Amino acid sequence: MNVIEVKGLKKSYGQVHAVRGVDLSIPAGEIFALLGPNGAGKTTTVEILEGFRNRDAGEVSILGFDPKNQGREAREWRNRIGIVLQSAADAGDLTVIETIKHFSGYYSNPRDVDEVIAAVGLENKSSALIRNLSGGQRRRLDVALGIVGRPELLFLDEPTTGFDPEARRAFWALIQQLRGTGTTILLTTHYLDEAEALADRVAVINNGLIIEVSTPAELGGRATSKAVVSWRDGDHIKTEGTDNPTSVVTRLNAQFGGEIPELTVTRPSLEDIYLTMIGGQNE
Amino acid sequence: MNKIPSALNLGIRRGKLEIIQFARQRESVVFTLLFPVILLAIFGSVFKDTIAPGVTFSQYFVAGMIASGLVNTGFQALAITIPMERDVGGLKRLRGTPMPASSYFIGKAILIAVSMIIQIALLFGFGLLFFGVQMPTEPSKWLVFIWLVLLGSACSTALGIAFSIVPKSGRGASAVVSPIVIILQFFSGVFFVFTQLPAWMQQLAAIFPLKWLTQGMRSVFLPDSFASQEVAKSWETGRTFIILLAWLFIGVFFSIRKFRWDRD
Repeated sequence: MNVIEVKGLKKSYGQVHAVRGVDLSIPAGEIFALLGPNGAGKTTTVEILEGFRNRDAGEVSILGFDPKNQGREAREWRNRIGIVLQSAADAGDLTVIETIKHFSGYYSNPRDVDEVIAAVGLENKSSALIRNLSGGQRRRLDVALGIVGRPELLFLDEPTTGFDPEARRAFWALIQQLRGTGTTILLTTHYLDEAEALADRVAVINNGLIIEVSTPAELGGRATSKAVVSWRDGDHIKTEGTDNPTSVVTRLNAQFGGEIPELTVTRPSLEDIYLTMIGGQNE
Repeated sequence: MNKIPSALNLGIRRGKLEIIQFARQRESVVFTLLFPVILLAIFGSVFKDTIAPGVTFSQYFVAGMIASGLVNTGFQALAITIPMERDVGGLKRLRGTPMPASSYFIGKAILIAVSMIIQIALLFGFGLLFFGVQMPTEPSKWLVFIWLVLLGSACSTALGIAFSIVPKSGRGASAVVSPIVIILQFFSGVFFVFTQLPAWMQQLAAIFPLKWLTQGMRSVFLPDSFASQEVAKSWETGRTFIILLAWLFIGVFFSIRKFRWDRD
């Protein structure tokens, strides 16, 4: 059984159709990225899955539970999931360790508090007040609070917004480590390189619909799209689109009798593909 | 597999955490706990007369200060701080955990109860030492005092949580809540002798709990002879109990049904 199973999900706010029929199937242990521009329906979709919002239509099953239900069963369900929201700035007067210890008490089978602090790399900050943490450290605390309950499913909403490149790399390593523990992760992000580095599969959502679900390497026909070979020929930069870049390079190699000046061979980046996809939809 | 902790167990843990957080905000600790004492000092120094044989204004005022302390510490503080917690995303984070809403409410009730006990102790201490306030001697009056504090504190907590849905943002909360509390204090006879207020003010005040809390506290701190000077010519202890209980139910009902964890 899939950890996340969504069929025909719809949600409108007045006249605005935020989500117009989303289907998703995510198996256990997968890292799944949901990509899309602001206002595409990303946050609405995820918040319905997290049980924060009601839906207008469709079926949702998260770990076999319908998140629209409340009460005792909902508590048992929340005991099995972890949620890392965007930008929380609460509990400034508590220390890192106090907060993680307190949240661990909400769950039936929490992770060891020191282990969690080490996993997110906050050992040196464990007795610092939260108000004194940097943005990146706060975000790592958010993740610590999301994973302390040993969730089977983790929601990560734009986890690295505002990070410097080094902090993002460290964060990615942390998520990859979680993959090793078998946690299923639903990630929403603006960053294409993040999706490429972390996700097993990505879905692109725009105007309330999923345009495509694929691996990052294959999205939008990326794996089979033409390669572009470019090189310098005298004063000019020449380019050639081809399905056989190796033979083009071999030919050029013979032509130049050795090194080809300023040679590059590129395929469209995930970002190129993504921008084409959402651009095509918006026109 | 262990069971998930009970709502009461988590409520007590929340209470401890709330107290730690409150205690670390030094300015607000001093202001919240000493505000009634400061008011007693001001009013006690200005009004030196007796309002009835053997009843100083300070004595009358202590009753009003404890009653309005319950409203300030519970209703006002919660109706302002909960929207602030909501603004910074703290409530939404809690909503995503297995902690039930009732535990959050129990935690707030514990914080309010503890801070009321400290506030009352300070008020008694200063009142006894500097303003000649006399404590009741009959056990029956202390009994009334204890249920008034407990019921008043619960009522104030529940109504504060319920009213936290009204302010749209944490920044605007104080502007919405504070005037209501101040007007209520004037109407309910906290600062002035209730029977000297215009009749329409008295009738309006009688709808809300603060008037009954204040009157109840007068029944504890003023001699029984003063009861004849009340509007109803008696302390109306039974009616006070029923009205406070009714407001407690209203507060709990709206807290459970309408509580908002999220900004939008």
